[in-house]
Amino acid sequence: MRTVDLAKSSRRDLNAALHEVQHNTNETYWRVENPAGQHALAVGLDAPVTVEIAGHVGYYCAGMNQQATVVIEGNAGVGVAENMMSGKVHVKGDASQSAGATAHGGLLVIEGNAAARCGISMKGIDIVVKGSIGPMSAFMAQSGTLVVLGDAGDALGDSIYETRIFVRGKVASLGADCIEKEMRDEHVLALREILRAAGAPDSVKAEEFRRYGSARQLYNFHVDNASAY
Amino acid sequence: MDIENIPQTLPRQSATFDAYTLSEIRRAAATGIYDIRGAGAKRKLPHFDDLLFLGASVSRYPLEGYREKCATDVVLGTRFAKKPIHLKIPVTIAGMSFGSLSAQAKEALGRGASAAGTSTTTGDGGMTPEERGQSQTLVYQYLPSRYGMNPDDLRKADAIEVVIGQGAKPGGGGMLLGQKISDRVAQMRNLPKGIDQRSACRHPDWTGPDDLEIKIEELREITDWEKPIYVKVGATRPYYDVALAVKAGADVVVLDGMQGGTAATQEVFIEHVGIPTLAAIRPAVQALQDLGMHRKVQLIVSGGIRNGADVAKALALGADAVAIGTAALVALGDNDPALEEEYRKLGTTAGAYDDWQEGLDPAGITTQDPILSARLDPVAAGRRLANYLAVLTLEAQTIARACGKSHLHNLEPEDLVALTIESAAMARVPLAGTSWIPGMTGNF
Repeated sequence: MRTVDLAKSSRRDLNAALHEVQHNTNETYWRVENPAGQHALAVGLDAPVTVEIAGHVGYYCAGMNQQATVVIEGNAGVGVAENMMSGKVHVKGDASQSAGATAHGGLLVIEGNAAARCGISMKGIDIVVKGSIGPMSAFMAQSGTLVVLGDAGDALGDSIYETRIFVRGKVASLGADCIEKEMRDEHVLALREILRAAGAPDSVKAEEFRRYGSARQLYNFHVDNASAY
Repeated sequence: MDIENIPQTLPRQSATFDAYTLSEIRRAAATGIYDIRGAGAKRKLPHFDDLLFLGASVSRYPLEGYREKCATDVVLGTRFAKKPIHLKIPVTIAGMSFGSLSAQAKEALGRGASAAGTSTTTGDGGMTPEERGQSQTLVYQYLPSRYGMNPDDLRKADAIEVVIGQGAKPGGGGMLLGQKISDRVAQMRNLPKGIDQRSACRHPDWTGPDDLEIKIEELREITDWEKPIYVKVGATRPYYDVALAVKAGADVVVLDGMQGGTAATQEVFIEHVGIPTLAAIRPAVQALQDLGMHRKVQLIVSGGIRNGADVAKALALGADAVAIGTAALVALGDNDPALEEEYRKLGTTAGAYDDWQEGLDPAGITTQDPILSARLDPVAAGRRLANYLAVLTLEAQTIARACGKSHLHNLEPEDLVALTIESAAMARVPLAGTSWIPGMTGNF
């Protein structure tokens, strides 16, 4: 195990050291002490390592992650795991706005709540929020899956493309072109798999969720839809 | 009175309701949809043509045209980046997307720019292998949509341009209509084929200059502080926007006036939002000077650059480099009169074709149609662009030498006068033959 104490080392030292890790490294377990809410920690990783961060982090933690597993033992600021390509990011506390924004792949798990715009413009990532999510989540979400064990705020899935949304609790309101869809067996099976990967308790059943997605009515501009744009 | 023989006045067309305006009202009434088109503002605007250089005479002496050196190189990204960009000429190729342009056009831009020793720029759609392969120096745009954005391409880039806006539509997002979403474009953007692709007008994970500072830090951390980071803004409030971009940590600011082109947006947006390039430069330079950052944070100006005189004038007003988009497409073969018959079939004429969003470009540039795209030979088109870039440079050098300058960057506002009161006020140079800079100095 390699430990980096951010009370003694700089963020630059940490990220530079993580970038030097090779794909076949034996140094696969890192621990980061005293993060103190710093921004851009463990960003741009591209190796199969596990990085545990012992505390709260600021903006963009694990941004553009590839392959790595990043565990945040606290709360995360804006844009955690933004544009992640692969790997896993696990937030033990709550997450601020734009969690998982534009991410293309990998799994983001948030044990607590996520604020507004969770999964905005997501492009293939799977996001599991065990608490609730704020308004305008999955705005212009393109693909991937957003799973919410709690409730969702206003305008869920506004202008959504092909992302699948599963919510177990209440949805305050749906955004433009987002509708509730039938929960078929294939969706239950796929959701069960994501819940398992996210470590959801057995008491959470895929059958309890409702599915939301695009009505595909705004895919091509038409003047009669002008009020929806 | 002989009523039958009263002289008649000639039919009088309205200046307010001119022929174009009437045609637009009829089009709107028939369709109920605003007009979408490509390119930049087409209306007559105060521009570089309204400025003149004061060649050397008794009070200053010139450099010998063919004997004495007039350097043209520029270094971009000297503030923070470990690896600044060194270009041979101060004319870069502006960001234009694969999607709005064919792969052949993107390759041609890379070839032409590389031959001339300058950079080209990706657009809202990610980086193509053709473009990276043919571009010696490639700037990777970081846009609100983040289409195709990935860390591998980020690391392959020579610089990163955070796009906040563009001159054709400051404050607006983008729209690539379904007919241009081919299989490849759809795959790169992670969207179904054939749907209208909307690009957001704001970034999804930051808002405002304080957040931008943190975002730039993240991009630097991901790329180990190697690459220059540009911030591109559409010209509206250039003094404040440039100052805030500098505060946020930009290495380079790209300032795009309203003549700067777009792949597609509403006509009303293009013609009525933003300010002319000429009006934007001096406030931007003033912001840099007030912060003590002029020449430390480089300024790239774009929007309506057409010839070496425009290049020289932009540099004299304080820019470090310029960027061209529309002119580069024309150099590749866009709007060529040789294709007039085909433009007529599309209801337009060579020189006026701007329905780039429809993907029917007979020149094979603003299209994803495989048959039309194949018309553009990237090698020959790249050669034309390189030739054109060489002419821009030679022309700018010609003017600079006449003003006694051994480097294009030695041109200064004192080398310029204005032909109109408007351009004098905007460029903050005297009206020709006077010492009057409206709003600033002297008397008429």
